[in-house]
Amino acid sequence: MQQTYEQHFYDVVIVGSGLAGQRAALEVAPFARTAVISKVYPTRSHSGAAQGGIAAALGNVDEDTWQQHHFDTVKGSDYLADQDAAEIMVRDAAQVVIELEHMGTPFSRLPDGRIAQRNFGGHKYKRACYSADLTGHVMLHTLYEQCLKYGTKFYNEFFVTRLFMKEGRCIGLSAVNLADGKLHSFFAKAVLIATGGGGRAFSITATAHATTGDGFALAYRAGIPLEDMEFMQFHPTGLYKLGILVTEGARGEGGYLINGKGERFMEKYAPGMMELAPRDITSRSEQTEINEGRGIDGKDYIYLDLRHLGKEKILERLPQIHDLVFKSLGVDCIKEPIPIQPTAHYTMGGIPANLDGQVTIDSENTIVPGLFSAGETSCISVHGANRLGCNSLLDAVCFGRRAGKAMAKYITGASMPDIDEEQIKVSVKELDEFKSRKGEEKVASLREQLQKGMMVRCGIFRDSEKLSAQLADIRKLRGRFQNIGLEDSTSNYNFELMEALECSWLFDFSEAMVLGALKREESRGAHSRTDFPKRDDEKFLKHTLIYKTDGEPRVEYKPVVITAFQPQERKY
Amino acid sequence: MAERTFKIHRFNPEKDEKPYFQEYRFEVESGWSILDSLNHIKWNIDSSLNFRRSCRSGICGSCAMRVNGENALACETQVKNVKGSKIKIEPLPGLAVMRDLVVDMEPFFEGLKKVMPYFVTKDSPPDKEWLQSPEDRKKLDEPIKCILCACCTASCPSFWFDDKYVGPAALVKSYRFVFDSRDQAREERLDIVNDREGLWRCHTIFNCVEACPKDINCTQAIAELKKATVFSTV
Repeated sequence: MQQTYEQHFYDVVIVGSGLAGQRAALEVAPFARTAVISKVYPTRSHSGAAQGGIAAALGNVDEDTWQQHHFDTVKGSDYLADQDAAEIMVRDAAQVVIELEHMGTPFSRLPDGRIAQRNFGGHKYKRACYSADLTGHVMLHTLYEQCLKYGTKFYNEFFVTRLFMKEGRCIGLSAVNLADGKLHSFFAKAVLIATGGGGRAFSITATAHATTGDGFALAYRAGIPLEDMEFMQFHPTGLYKLGILVTEGARGEGGYLINGKGERFMEKYAPGMMELAPRDITSRSEQTEINEGRGIDGKDYIYLDLRHLGKEKILERLPQIHDLVFKSLGVDCIKEPIPIQPTAHYTMGGIPANLDGQVTIDSENTIVPGLFSAGETSCISVHGANRLGCNSLLDAVCFGRRAGKAMAKYITGASMPDIDEEQIKVSVKELDEFKSRKGEEKVASLREQLQKGMMVRCGIFRDSEKLSAQLADIRKLRGRFQNIGLEDSTSNYNFELMEALECSWLFDFSEAMVLGALKREESRGAHSRTDFPKRDDEKFLKHTLIYKTDGEPRVEYKPVVITAFQPQERKY
Repeated sequence: MAERTFKIHRFNPEKDEKPYFQEYRFEVESGWSILDSLNHIKWNIDSSLNFRRSCRSGICGSCAMRVNGENALACETQVKNVKGSKIKIEPLPGLAVMRDLVVDMEPFFEGLKKVMPYFVTKDSPPDKEWLQSPEDRKKLDEPIKCILCACCTASCPSFWFDDKYVGPAALVKSYRFVFDSRDQAREERLDIVNDREGLWRCHTIFNCVEACPKDINCTQAIAELKKATVFSTV
């Protein structure tokens, strides 16, 4: 039995210590008692795995404007992005990058000492500010350093189990300290969810073991809808069988994609941008080549060829990639092409939030008091149906910063919630019930079945039959999950328990994704329905909202904000 | 496919009086890393085995451990490259074992906090970026690769015997700022590391250099800092 628990009181509690969470912390911590809760140490957050860059129209290399960045983002989104949100992001971009530089981020440089910029998929100009191929890593470490400077309070290796909601307001949450299994409750005026994505729902993924959709499920279970979950980005260059990411920067620097016949097949699909077409188009093209038997030796992979870039450029601009490919596959990319396949990468959808990161609950954008979200977990919707490379780091820091500012303001007018014993009791009971499951089913096996099903039936190409089968399967697996047996009954660093909780998140995440995909009878951005191959603006130029209920989840829609650009056919 | 034996350090202070080794023998698929093998054990053989892991691609620093006597990242170590009839896996040395392969990371991060591990400027910043030449930026190529995995610090005998010593990772962090042309706290930084528990606890044993999975020459960085200290005080 879970006997002991501790209580904490903060103005602001931030869940997640990646770029969005830490950027928000830096903004709000000087004005408020702030805690950052993370299931990993902050520098282990998956933002650090981002390689290629952060987009901002600095114009250091090419003449560039935020207006062009705005258009590229909206076109990239297949016109599903909310254009007011995208505008805020691209207008903030230069300021956000300069602030990061002033915090010490070691960006790569041009000969005149300014920040270097390179090409990235879907961007018309050289707009990606980068630090070799370690951009996310250096940004994450810089933010962590700044948080240490300002004495930010971190609760490392704490696993959040439940949001506390009272009369429609978020008043805190419960979390397990993984070190000793104790349950803690946190009460706060404002809670920010910034827990990253859910790539672990798929068997081939670029994402970390920790990327298990926690924030989505926490909100979904608390009655918050999930928006546009059907849009999952498959990155074109995952290492074969492993899914581990090779940055788009490799193509930005000039890398080729080659099929089994030795052709640069992107010529057929996007003659204007070739390998630097947006990710949805490039991944779909790869999968088409593979499906039609033009993979390497007819198998399910193709090549990313960097050899013509030469040793010097590879080692200077892509040193980590060279090292990673060699260590993971034994392939020396200076001398050999890299076997790759599309890999589940980024969740475009998420918790609906407004321009200040305040979570909204319906098509009227009604605010949920006390609850904020930023980064990949949120859907503010700047990426719509397909995110452009380098816009994710921008989204995370831009809206992390805005949410931080907004929370600093919000807490001045909000009262501190009272301790709610009832909420604590429910959390304790929930966790005890979970721990005491002594059935026959194995978490690892159920998770694997979920991941394989998602990959095959809710991957790059989808149809009604596959999606319906997957939805039924998720429900069956979830039923079997009630009958899991946990072997480890000890409380310190019990990662068996953590993985079981994470697996339960993945069921919610996947259910919302598959249901959204089934209902969206069109093809847009990353969502390709072979039974509905065309975009259908008349019926589906709208955002999906999925609500958890006791029975079948409820599906609603809300309009897309269109300001500057009317939808057009999308060609590259 | 080849069968391999893993001899793994086990210890759960909640029920074990002392640590012991447990052996697991199974077919390892071609291309598997040590981390893939540990996951295979956890997911299919023994769910009570615990270790930290996250990114699988050598960037998060979670899965640092000792493989056949050498500190390494489990995710970047291919099983086929590990020789010997048995693969011995232990927690990082020099840090308290919390459970199985999980060590107490707090002393490591405490060391980091001592060296002023953040960028400092005193002049008010320009409207745009601080300028930095590619040559000056190049000086940071090595230290910014650090992922704070603790392989270096946990390989250092000076740290094993004196946990007040900030350790090589913290000194690499200090180096990262001392040699950043934009930073304006060089003197304070050198003053902090110019200490018995700082630079001068390093006895150039070079274990850290061998241990670093990111090929950072920690000992060289420490030597450069020592040089900078001497010249700045002359």
